[in-house]
Amino acid sequence: MNLTLKIWRQADSSSKGQMVDYKVTEISEHMSFLEMMDVLNEQLVNSGDEPVAFDHDCREGICGMCSMYINGEAHGPDRGVTTCQLHMRMFKDGDTITIEPFRAAAFPVIKDLVVDRNAFERIQQAGGYISVNTSGNTQDANSLPISKHAADEAMDAATCIGCGACVATCKNSSAMLFVGAKVSQYALLPQGQVEAADRVQNMVAQMDLEGFGNCTNTGACEVECPKGISLDNIARMNRELMKATVK
Amino acid sequence: MGGFFKSSIGRKVAMALSAFFLMFFLLQHLFINMLSVFSPDAFNEVSHFMGTNPLVQFALQPVLIFAVVFHFVMGFILELKNKKANGVAYARNNGAANSTWSSRNMIYSGLVILAFIVLHFIDFWFPEINTKYIVGDMSGLHNGEFRYYHELVEKFQNPLRVGAYVISFILLGLHLAHGFTSAFQSMGSTAGRKKNLQTFGKAYSIILPLGFIIIALFHHLINNH
Ligand code: HEM
Ligand code: SF4
Ligand code: FES
Repeated sequence: MNLTLKIWRQADSSSKGQMVDYKVTEISEHMSFLEMMDVLNEQLVNSGDEPVAFDHDCREGICGMCSMYINGEAHGPDRGVTTCQLHMRMFKDGDTITIEPFRAAAFPVIKDLVVDRNAFERIQQAGGYISVNTSGNTQDANSLPISKHAADEAMDAATCIGCGACVATCKNSSAMLFVGAKVSQYALLPQGQVEAADRVQNMVAQMDLEGFGNCTNTGACEVECPKGISLDNIARMNRELMKATVK
Repeated sequence: MGGFFKSSIGRKVAMALSAFFLMFFLLQHLFINMLSVFSPDAFNEVSHFMGTNPLVQFALQPVLIFAVVFHFVMGFILELKNKKANGVAYARNNGAANSTWSSRNMIYSGLVILAFIVLHFIDFWFPEINTKYIVGDMSGLHNGEFRYYHELVEKFQNPLRVGAYVISFILLGLHLAHGFTSAFQSMGSTAGRKKNLQTFGKAYSIILPLGFIIIALFHHLINNH
């Protein structure tokens, strides 16, 4: 298929960017979206132009790097996929596709479609861990009984890949789905209890400090999240914060 | 505790608490207003009680005013903070693909409600406060009869006012269509995401504004003189 691409180009974090039109031809519907971008970049390099910078790593939906806002949706129109898993068969010959970086004040653009998501790292560092003694005398994990239900929910929360689609989608640029998932994966397990109060307080404080917005429960994040992280995790985070406050 | 209500989540919890109070208030307000359709006498009696009972006047009324003011001031603060959290606007953004109109436009439905509240205060609350506490007439009487029902009917003779009320209540319905279940989520409850409460919330956000609209139309069209 032949496509028109409208892509955000921005030389570096301090310069002003703008949308630029490109044409790509003979795109196979079996290609992934990133392969289509590779075709465009090859074309740009061959004609002596600057290729479009975009983040990617695993190209199999697990690293969370491939942030792109495609036709007004994080990771494009398909559900439960990252950009690298998005197939070109989702588009039609002759389509115009708008491609923008993930937008949020806390995710500044570094170049073209590449944004700085270190704010997520700093939130994780504020409490997204458990302090386990790893000096050889760790407790056997099987000695801690965990209900199937709690284990499943914790695992579901832990599938968050930190891609930032929730923030990019949210009209408030809120990071609460991400933080809710990261709080929940420990809040549900006995190993997470010792630091539970500090964890939620510190992570929420860091989230606020980074300048993410306030959730208004539109639910857009849950729809666009490639891993299907549930809004229940935000409710759980809110409960955890209330618990930590009255404790 | 102070830190909690300064956090993004604490603010949302406070927002939801004030909203719960408002939703409960509206329910009793509708109930009393409904009396005006079925029994003018009962409406007069209850209005007089609500208007002169010290507990209602000096305990509940201040709480209500605080809740309303708190709710919209916090609504504005959160909206401004959220706008600041946004980066450059998207050239193309497909909000309808993942969320409802009412959830994305709470601030606009809220603004219409706020404009309504101003009109409503000018219509009923200021004259009431004037009569009772400035003029000092606590009798509730006019020419020897209770004045409440008569005043209500009088107000709804003006088609412009009725129109403004109808539009405002439609926007209130949209505000509540998202707000009702959202408030549960903000309070950390997943109940708002389950079928039962969603159905209840839908019913509430349709029936409550519709009730107020029917009352306004009833006095305008049927109880016309
Ligand atoms: C006075 C004018 C009003 C304004 C400006 C306003 C504004 C807002 C805004 C911006 C929100 C979203 C905030 C958020 O979710 O964080 C909101 C939420 C809400 N509002 Fe209002 N509102 C007003 C009046 C009312 C009234 C009269 C009611 C009650 C019937 C109400 C019920 C709700 C509910 C239930 C929520 C959801 C609370 C939550 O998500 O935590 N609002 N309002
Ligand atoms: S919650 Fe979903 S959308 Fe948000 S960072 Fe995690 S995987 Fe990405
Ligand atoms: S490149 Fe790793 S998730 Fe897309």
